[in-house]
Amino acid sequence: MEDKPTHAARSFLIELLVYAGLVVVYVFFVIAFLGNRLDALYQHHKIRYAFAALLLIIGQGVVLEMVTSILLKLIRSRSE
Amino acid sequence: MDFLVSQTHISPFYLVIIGFIIGILGGFFGVGGSFLAGPALFAVGVPMNFVVGTDLAHIVGKSIVAAKKHRALGNVDLKLGFIMVIGTIAGVEVGAQGIEWLKHFGQANVDQVVGIIFVVVLISISAFVGWESWQTIKMQRDREREAEMSGVGARELGAKEDESAFDHIARKIHGIKLRPMMKLRVSGIERVSLWAILLVAFVGGVFSGFLGGGAGYIRMPAMVYLLGVPTHVAVGTDLFEIVISASYGTLTHAIKGNVDIMIALVMHTGAAIGAQIGASSTEYFRGPKIRLAFVPLPLIGAAIVIYSLLSGKHLK
Repeated sequence: MEDKPTHAARSFLIELLVYAGLVVVYVFFVIAFLGNRLDALYQHHKIRYAFAALLLIIGQGVVLEMVTSILLKLIRSRSE
Repeated sequence: MDFLVSQTHISPFYLVIIGFIIGILGGFFGVGGSFLAGPALFAVGVPMNFVVGTDLAHIVGKSIVAAKKHRALGNVDLKLGFIMVIGTIAGVEVGAQGIEWLKHFGQANVDQVVGIIFVVVLISISAFVGWESWQTIKMQRDREREAEMSGVGARELGAKEDESAFDHIARKIHGIKLRPMMKLRVSGIERVSLWAILLVAFVGGVFSGFLGGGAGYIRMPAMVYLLGVPTHVAVGTDLFEIVISASYGTLTHAIKGNVDIMIALVMHTGAAIGAQIGASSTEYFRGPKIRLAFVPLPLIGAAIVIYSLLSGKHLK
């Protein structure tokens, strides 16, 4: 039988690996896809680029807050 | 991975890991973490003007999460936050104009001047926080000894839940009668001059615009030590204020061409989970000992900048 701290640590590591997997997919497929478009916007329309940059970081902040909250709730419910 | 806007080549894993570490520290100590994020970006070859703007953008995303949590806990003084936004935005603009002025003398000058000022600020903060927390711990020990000898509880001898060896300075500032005077109910402050709040916010804003980040490492301690705001309210209000002022800073720096949003987005993926872990850990550690544990962090940031400035090399 596993003791409680070992079980909690294992749950935590699994959730961290799930998050890392999601991040890798997101960075290489979503963010990398935006690279050229954002660069073109930066070169030709600085004001549009500025608003797009702010919207992107706020949007990502809100979405990742939800994802990480769900993951941490899962860790707690598994370790209890 | 190539970051076209800043014309740099950085491993995304490096950025995610840096974001994760900064997220944990930010969540635990209630600061934006620019004292580490700035040097970490500079060390891999990001030009200093991009370090400043990009770090601000990354902080917007991270502070939204933390401010939302603090608001739910009742740790945000909205009145104080909105007043501080005015002073901070004015300061950020002055700081950003300072960067623009330095650009006229060449990129090398921007890197050197900002780098040197950054080092001085980081070492000063580290020394001050170390000294203050040590004084507070000593004061608490003396009071406990006194309480033991007299058989009275430490609370009856004036001990507070969240105290600092600098409470007397905040009381002196509350005594300055420069109208208009404000009452801050959530922070428990009966009377404080509007100008004192604006000045604290303005100075923090100048550092934010000039050195990057939200400058929480200056404004948050200033709110506690100078304005007398309780630490948990200072942290929550500062984060709320950072969301607005850092958003403005991101816009103004992006228009001036100082933001590589791709770097900020990649860093933020690590910071989001790190901030959650750091914030959850605070329930196990409290008081001036947290402030004492904070002392080595700005020194690590200072060491990275000194290395890069002296050697002219970047840690790629």
